[in-house]
Amino acid sequence: MTTPLQVTARLRDPVTTEDHIRGPADAAVTIVEYGDFQCQFCGAAYPNLHEVLRQRTDTVRLVYRYFPIANVHPYAERAAETAEAAAVRGRFWEMHDWLYEHQDQLDPVHLSLGVEQVGLPPDELNAEVESRAHADRVRRDFVGGIRSGVNGTPTLFVNGVRHEGGYDLPDLLAAVDAASNA
Amino acid sequence: MSDPNGLIQPGRPAPGFTLPATPDGGPIGPEQFRGQPVVLAFYPADWSPVCGDQMSLYQSAAPVFAQYKAVVLGVSVDSIWSHRAFAESRGIEFPLLADFEPKGEVARRYGAYNAQGEADRALVVLDPTGKVTWSYLSPPDVNPGADGIFDALDQLAADRKVMAG
Repeated sequence: MTTPLQVTARLRDPVTTEDHIRGPADAAVTIVEYGDFQCQFCGAAYPNLHEVLRQRTDTVRLVYRYFPIANVHPYAERAAETAEAAAVRGRFWEMHDWLYEHQDQLDPVHLSLGVEQVGLPPDELNAEVESRAHADRVRRDFVGGIRSGVNGTPTLFVNGVRHEGGYDLPDLLAAVDAASNA
Repeated sequence: MSDPNGLIQPGRPAPGFTLPATPDGGPIGPEQFRGQPVVLAFYPADWSPVCGDQMSLYQSAAPVFAQYKAVVLGVSVDSIWSHRAFAESRGIEFPLLADFEPKGEVARRYGAYNAQGEADRALVVLDPTGKVTWSYLSPPDVNPGADGIFDALDQLAADRKVMAG
């Protein structure tokens, strides 16, 4: 009988200024989310993470990294690259929020409307996405996630340790509070 | 009976085999990829939620596997027909091998067959000569991800560099 090995996955790529970060720089707790904009579980976690940031304003910050599972979510890569194009213009979180609030409208036509709603030039962004200008950045996040043991989306790391609990508000608050008291 | 020693361990030569595989049902086995690292991903069943996520993850990571020139082969006791429908539904392009008849024969030889009549969730990495370089048995309900595989492939690449130098 072989004993199954249990591994505690840890974040291998530290958070840097290259990351998309929401919340105070000196927060005691950092949540790193590896997410896929077309993933319904990420969509379900999104308002809860938002609420965690609201309820623990001084304690927690959120880092978002791209982890598109392209073979099951045909729009995920394009959405991620669009978010990155918005990021280059300082509008990452606005685009991120739009994407999670319109998960059933990620096809190219609706996505262009979203870009416009966020206040960015759709033709310009489309051209960048078409030329895969931001593909390397998205790929870098994905590979870093794989190396950290990300096995699906969303995967969260709370202060560098993979969160094994659920994504409901109470679960997330408990994880944040445990980390801030550790 | 499964191999009484449990999952095959590093240092042992990988048992040779061929099995019918997606996409066209032709026989595929590790020997035909000598000179490249081969990842054997044994998994319990097509369509189960954890397996779907695991195989999708490996498909998404295809460009990374390609950097190592590594070949990924999924293996379960499902038939080629189930594999084919599963692969199509998940966009899986790497081969899924049907260890269907005699059932679980290959999984048994690798020490990755369980009392429920399914393959264990086990990862086995073969070096380019066909020797086992890393193996890992995951709890059936846990998607093991790919970090262990890539660590093993890194190690292989580093070893090869030393030998070349």
